[in-house]
Amino acid sequence: MRDPFLTRTNDFALKIATVNGTGSASANSLLMQAIFRMGIPVSGKNVFPSNIQGLPTWYEIRVNADGHTARSGEFELLVAMNNATYAGDIEELRPGGWLLFDSSWPLPESIKRDDIQYLGAPLARMCAEAFHGGREKLLMKNIAYVGAIAALINVDLDIIRTLLEEQFGARKKALMESNYRAVALGYDYARANFDCPLPIRLEHMPFRDDLILIDGNTALALGCLYAGATVGAWYPITPATSVMDAFRGFCNQYRKDPETGERRFYIAQAEDELAAAGVVIGASWAGARAFTPTSGPGISLMSEFIGLAYYAEVPAVFLDVQRTGPSTGMPTRTQQGDLLLCAYASHGDTRHICLYPADPGECFTMAVQAFDLAERYQTPVFVLSDLDIGMNDWVCRKFEWDDSYRPDRGKVLDAETLEKMDAFYRYLDTDGDGIAARSLPGVHPRGAYFTRGSGHDRYGRYTEDSDAYRDVMDRIARKVDGAADAVPAPVLRRKDNAKYGFISLGGCDAAVREAQDYLAARGVPVDYMRVRGFPFPASVEEFIRGHERCFVIEQNRDGQLRTLLAIETGIARDDLSSILAYGGMPLSRQQVVDGFLAATGLHDGNGMISAPARNGAGERTTA
Amino acid sequence: MTTSIPKPRIRFRGLATNEIGLTRRDYEGAMSTLCAGCGHDSITAAIVRAFWELSIPPHTVAKLSGIGCSSKTPTYFLRDAHGFNSVHGRMPSIATGANAANRNLVLIGVSGDGDSLSIGLGQFCHAIRRNVDMLYILENNGVYGLTKGQFSASADIGSRPKRGEPNRQPPIDPVLLALSLGATFVARSFSGDRDQLVPIIKAGLAHKGFAFIDVISPCVTFNDHEGSTKSYRFTREHKREVVHADLVPLRSEITVDYPEGDTVGVRMHDGTTVRLRKLAPDYDPRDRDAAYAYVRRCQAEGEIATGVLYLDTGAPDMHGIDNTTATPLTELPFESLCPGSGELEKLMAQFR
Repeated sequence: MRDPFLTRTNDFALKIATVNGTGSASANSLLMQAIFRMGIPVSGKNVFPSNIQGLPTWYEIRVNADGHTARSGEFELLVAMNNATYAGDIEELRPGGWLLFDSSWPLPESIKRDDIQYLGAPLARMCAEAFHGGREKLLMKNIAYVGAIAALINVDLDIIRTLLEEQFGARKKALMESNYRAVALGYDYARANFDCPLPIRLEHMPFRDDLILIDGNTALALGCLYAGATVGAWYPITPATSVMDAFRGFCNQYRKDPETGERRFYIAQAEDELAAAGVVIGASWAGARAFTPTSGPGISLMSEFIGLAYYAEVPAVFLDVQRTGPSTGMPTRTQQGDLLLCAYASHGDTRHICLYPADPGECFTMAVQAFDLAERYQTPVFVLSDLDIGMNDWVCRKFEWDDSYRPDRGKVLDAETLEKMDAFYRYLDTDGDGIAARSLPGVHPRGAYFTRGSGHDRYGRYTEDSDAYRDVMDRIARKVDGAADAVPAPVLRRKDNAKYGFISLGGCDAAVREAQDYLAARGVPVDYMRVRGFPFPASVEEFIRGHERCFVIEQNRDGQLRTLLAIETGIARDDLSSILAYGGMPLSRQQVVDGFLAATGLHDGNGMISAPARNGAGERTTA
Repeated sequence: MTTSIPKPRIRFRGLATNEIGLTRRDYEGAMSTLCAGCGHDSITAAIVRAFWELSIPPHTVAKLSGIGCSSKTPTYFLRDAHGFNSVHGRMPSIATGANAANRNLVLIGVSGDGDSLSIGLGQFCHAIRRNVDMLYILENNGVYGLTKGQFSASADIGSRPKRGEPNRQPPIDPVLLALSLGATFVARSFSGDRDQLVPIIKAGLAHKGFAFIDVISPCVTFNDHEGSTKSYRFTREHKREVVHADLVPLRSEITVDYPEGDTVGVRMHDGTTVRLRKLAPDYDPRDRDAAYAYVRRCQAEGEIATGVLYLDTGAPDMHGIDNTTATPLTELPFESLCPGSGELEKLMAQFR
């Protein structure tokens, strides 16, 4: 039975189930890019296994004319190309939805649902007849489903052809033609056999040339390039690997002498994350801008070095593309599980500057800021992206660059200044901001000092003296405190008369904004603050105290941001409510709304929320 | 409390100066706080002498170490050089980063057998693989000193600690390890033999790439007793008279104080003598396999091969392998690193 959907133009989600290593990634990006070129707000979430070939993989596409492109979690169209996952995949279809499957083989009886529409297309059989060679038949089958989807939801075929031409260029014209032939196979079959287009369909919107489609890891790499980073060190790890791949690519493009091939960068693929951190610290100590991309397990391994950089006051930039922990966890699923780890990484008293980008645009700008902050405060700085931001393509405003930008190198003494000084003491704060000037090796004999992770006094001498030790530790604490005003300020999104507040960070942003709008449309205004940097600026505490009840929305089990807020503001942890999603999938609006309704006791019957009751207000005891 | 006592800077008239007008004292550091008679202090003195003789401006040097007795020693030489006492076993990665950033820095790393052969074995190996341009001195005494005498990975089977069970695990020989990993400069010396050590250090500094020197440096406090295979007594009981030659002179001023084909008795701190053997006259330090076999043979015979054991001056260093620009990366103007707004605009078109 088909539930007669109202026509939903530019507002639906579809999911494609395939097997990894079969070319489906290319097919999916082609589809995603075509929709982007049609001017329609779109997001694509690649849900892939930690495996090279042969395991199930999914791709979720959501289009939304209003620009809400958080993960949907419900699908109107399911493209089932992997019979191993049919049963589970079909469960995720909304009643009345459509299932496009490869009818080269019959669907097993056991998985029949009677509230969806079946669209069978014999893609494998058609490709087997049209193409030669096992590998080509397999790859083309996946391109063919792009054609069938194009017919079903109205993707512009000319755009698909243009994209294929751009991809393969003139040199691979034959390959381009066979790809397009496969698209046409699927497209023509769907047109001839199904009622195309379906009620869920696309319609061109004005194309905005200020938008781009880019993943967060590429954006981080671009930020490192533009910030003038010259040394990168890393150990391969999902989902951070593509940061260094991209950085290397950009450096080869922009930092290689065209005649001699000489490189103005050095990339060290280290033996492990410990060494990667050491290379970054050594390079920064010597005066270069250096960084390492990694993920949670890498931060765990780097922790000893992070403490050294904190205590010896060496700049270091850590790009943590978070994945699902603990331990190996789920390497190809997303999470915000390293918030506490990064804020206080290493033994002893430490506290680190953290930046929380919400999308690739902020990955670009915050990567640059990370180097400025690391050098100004002579300390480790963490940029906490995640797998969803890092590895998926996001529509965002194109990046801009201010040519007047110059790196903030902080207090670095040059030879001329050192020559004029009577004496130089590395850890002596001469102007009261908690930051002592540093010198670089090889510059001037007077700049020489001994960098060490062992106890030292303000003159840089080894010490085991209580007062001398505390003197330095207290100054470092003051120094890092000072960074609260230098990290990016929170982004506030207010609704009139809101008594509730949402607090979130990073990749939760799209879902939280959508939930906020959803609730406002139903008469429940909620203010929203997205924190972007740690240590928290004073405005973070003001926001919490300015609301009757705040909900901290984040992607981890234990409410790490909530704990961090409690530790840092002194507001009792129990005074903050948590809305948590930690199954490894990007956050959806529904998860936020459900969490909010459950906590407040409000109801969402028939899509409308009843008059807000004063539930829960009495529970709050502000510290 | 302090373990670093500054030495007063006093200019003595009549002290010899080198080519840049500095005396040996200008290459010293703080007073050592190691045990009286520690082999490491002799190595420090040899380092001071080598740098002075080579007239290397102290501030162009960066001295790096990990953690342990040996790693304290960079405080005791070249006070006008930046020092970095990092974390246990991780000095090689710090050195890699420093060299990546500023290839003009003269890098000297000082490590110990615990630092390099246990906790930092991986980093040691990979610095060799990368052929980082640095001098790497391993001050090898077979024990952990600061934690009171546990065996390190270089301790021989059967060697007895002051208290407790003898060592039953085979040693890791850093020279054999370095040879097998493709190190381009491999040497071994003895802290008590300054006349051999100073030229080797100088040769190592002259080497472009990773110059490794394993220096046997007995621990007077924890590994010089009856039953230790690093003690003189054990060595004397197991010594065999075999004739060896010493290092291949790299520079004209390198001199050898004993004739070829002889063994030498080296005075230890406790007044005893250990025999170090020189290499055979037909020894070819450019033949890696032969060098490996020779060192193995000596080891099997309970002997210690010393000198510049292997040398490859043709291999590219870390930057040579990567074709990094000759200008240190730290000195490149920002404009040569940042492509600017125009290029970004062009790049953005690729993301549509």
